Amino acid sequence: MTATIKPRDAKEVQQAVEWALSDGVTLDVRGSGSKVSLGRPMRCDQVLDLSGLSGVVDYAPEELVVTVRAGTLLRDVEALLAQRNQMLAFEPPDLGPLLGRDAGEGTLVGTLSGNFAGPRRLSAGAARDHLLGFSGVNGRGEAFKSGGKVMKNVTGYDLSKVIAGSWGTLAVLDEVSVKTLPAPDQTRTLVLRGLDDAAAVKAMCGAMGSPHDISGAAHVGDRTALRVEGVAPSVEARLKGLRELLAGAGGAMEELGTLESRAFWREVRDVAPLATAKDAVVWRISCPPTEGPAIVARIKAQRPAVRSFYDWSGGLIWLALPPSADADHAIVRGAIGKNGGHATLIRAPEAARAAVPVFHPQSPALAALAARLKESFDPKGLFNPGRMA
Amino acid sequence: MPALDPDILRRRGEIVAALKAIVPGEGVIDDLDGMRPFECDALSAYRQMPLVVVLPSTVDQVAAILRYCQDHKVKVVPRGAGTSLSGGSMPVGDAILLGMAKFNRVLEIDYANRCAVVQPGVTNLGVTKAVEHEGFYYAPDPSSQIACSIGGNVAENSGGVHCLKYGLTTNNLLGIQMVLMNGEVVRLGGKHLDSEGYDLMGLMTGSEGLLGVVTEVTVRLLRKPSTARAVLLGFPTESGAAECVAAVIAAGIIPGGMEMMDKDAIQCAENYVHAGYPIDAEALLIVELDGPEVEVDHLTKRVEEIARERGATTCRVSSDEQERVLFWAGRKAAFPAVGQITPDYMCLDGSVPRGRLVEVLSEMRQMSKLHRLRVVNVFHAGDGNLHPLILFDANDPDELRRAEEFGADILRLCVRVGGVLTGEHGVGIEKRDLMGVQFTEIDLDQQMRVKCAFDPDHLLNPGKVFPQLRRCAELGRVVVHHNKLPFPDIPRF
Repeated sequence: MTATIKPRDAKEVQQAVEWALSDGVTLDVRGSGSKVSLGRPMRCDQVLDLSGLSGVVDYAPEELVVTVRAGTLLRDVEALLAQRNQMLAFEPPDLGPLLGRDAGEGTLVGTLSGNFAGPRRLSAGAARDHLLGFSGVNGRGEAFKSGGKVMKNVTGYDLSKVIAGSWGTLAVLDEVSVKTLPAPDQTRTLVLRGLDDAAAVKAMCGAMGSPHDISGAAHVGDRTALRVEGVAPSVEARLKGLRELLAGAGGAMEELGTLESRAFWREVRDVAPLATAKDAVVWRISCPPTEGPAIVARIKAQRPAVRSFYDWSGGLIWLALPPSADADHAIVRGAIGKNGGHATLIRAPEAARAAVPVFHPQSPALAALAARLKESFDPKGLFNPGRMA
Repeated sequence: MPALDPDILRRRGEIVAALKAIVPGEGVIDDLDGMRPFECDALSAYRQMPLVVVLPSTVDQVAAILRYCQDHKVKVVPRGAGTSLSGGSMPVGDAILLGMAKFNRVLEIDYANRCAVVQPGVTNLGVTKAVEHEGFYYAPDPSSQIACSIGGNVAENSGGVHCLKYGLTTNNLLGIQMVLMNGEVVRLGGKHLDSEGYDLMGLMTGSEGLLGVVTEVTVRLLRKPSTARAVLLGFPTESGAAECVAAVIAAGIIPGGMEMMDKDAIQCAENYVHAGYPIDAEALLIVELDGPEVEVDHLTKRVEEIARERGATTCRVSSDEQERVLFWAGRKAAFPAVGQITPDYMCLDGSVPRGRLVEVLSEMRQMSKLHRLRVVNVFHAGDGNLHPLILFDANDPDELRRAEEFGADILRLCVRVGGVLTGEHGVGIEKRDLMGVQFTEIDLDQQMRVKCAFDPDHLLNPGKVFPQLRRCAELGRVVVHHNKLPFPDIPRF
């Protein structure tokens, strides 16, 4: 069991990093540890546990911004925002159950570090689009900040963007400011039953290109679901328009009310349809929406047992494959066409994650640039070494 | 600006010849008359002739130019349409000016995946023009959109009046292709969402041409809202208008745009375009609501109610598209309108928390007395992005000096209340020397180290953004504080 160091404030985080630097100690940087089974397995000298830095520093609903310490649980932030009818619009998923843990364990900073967004990614943007600023410590033991607490800011490089999605490999965050937005009054969902993958993606892309302001487009099993959110009269009118638009798409139509809708989209968000098969390998593919069905078909041709569903209008594919030593990475990545996309291994046994690249391999020029960027933050490779390798 | 390198100036003939070997024909401009149009950008108070202008037309040429410049340690200033308001594309005397204007084609429009692939020299409005017949548009709309290029928008992370709802450039990009200083060509993103490693596209966006040269851009297209309506709200006090802004947001309404003008700006704009603005009001709000018609109707009513509760004395809703455009015309022409009453003006761009707007405005008035210069305010109230215009006469050296000091004081004020130096215009050369107000030396060193990862010799867009450039070798040294006591106070397990 690796020893753990648990700072209580930003100053102690900095001291811990200074010590790690001076003693050449590598750090497994984590919040609650809810996503430790995601990424390349690491061998670190020490765990740097940020759960002691907990709590909301500042929440100003009329400014649309919340500032929290690094160890603050996502569910606590969401509960606070809900009191003021606000939300994190990128709809952060709770991958706990998918990863074989309890729900509600993850931190907001952990979600940002993986740049995870749910179905509303389509219309509201990714986690990275909502990170306004942060403070933290780089691999030189220096406390630094970037961004701010205002909506519009182009002062200096936008380091928040590389910090989001960096899996804790660039800096140890102690505080983040994140954009909040009003929660919709109503959430309703139009469901088409019985479309095949190609017809479903065609219907979803058509709906996304309509003026009906769709905030979720998923195809799960025989259900193709389109979410409409907002004030009641608007939702009503858009649903009506959507029914007319999709009248020729095939499939029987039904509608989910606000409560049913929330439950449905929570399942999509948290990858619940694939969470039950405990030993299956789970992949996540981001691709151009219209490419989705072809990619799945190519994988199915080689692995008929694959199970899948689509989010993001077809642009996000979740796959479950029977367990294998190499997680079928060549088949999955080989299925992504020349039109681009990337596949991430979300759930697999440690041996498989050590054997194959968890994150999509990059071109040599890009990989070299990424390595230089890592070095610019963390020259001695102290933070989460190898996690993204 | 840093002193010119005499060695580079001496080697000018050789550099021009090398560029001519890479870009044949008229792509290299080295005569004074030909270079004159490039001597400044939209921050026209600062002018400087470049070493030579090169206008490549292929990615291979861009790569060859940068590789040559890297090998021969020649500095490069990339330039899109040259509309930067902060001197971001201002030439440097010992640097080649790399103009991207010939990259002006829309390469692909993919409606099913709601994106367009364009070359960086395509204008911002050009993207919308290419897709509007199908009911789509490109959301960021900086006021220079008729002229500014998409490549420049990426460099500056340009905004516009609709950012609050639709985001800045960074929120509307799917992919870019760019050339690194060493000549390597890399692709970031594509038609899919999110990056596969570090979000280098996000880092590139707003990097002011210091990290790489963008050669292709994939932008997200949005379906045009079916209805848009503008509400004109006049208030007897600025605080009433500011409270209204906060109350609209607190009511859960995110308008397409929410702009504020102070009394002087209202009067200038009204005289200039006759938009029907209430000239007796102390503050004017223009609130634009867009979406399905029923939604716009519903929200318009809510906004009217909120405004009246906050003491609005004028409340007019645009009755048709013509009137909506007219309501905006005054706001959009505010800068030239102010230009009618003053020989020169300086436009600032700080962002502040919305809750501090009134306080910032009032303090700005005090400063105005102190510096003996008028200030007129037009701003994006919805996202707290101010555009104070300081009126002065550049022919009077003392007024110019006072205007610069006044501007710096306003930006310091923005930072003091929790805001930032620039919301959308960029740092460039204009705010470079104020970076230390917002950032510590460590903050800036970290940013410069990021620069070193892309451009280890500081050749790209030199003299911009950073007040003092430190050599990458020096920045790269790791200083270890051998503090032997391993912090006994911190809990360990």
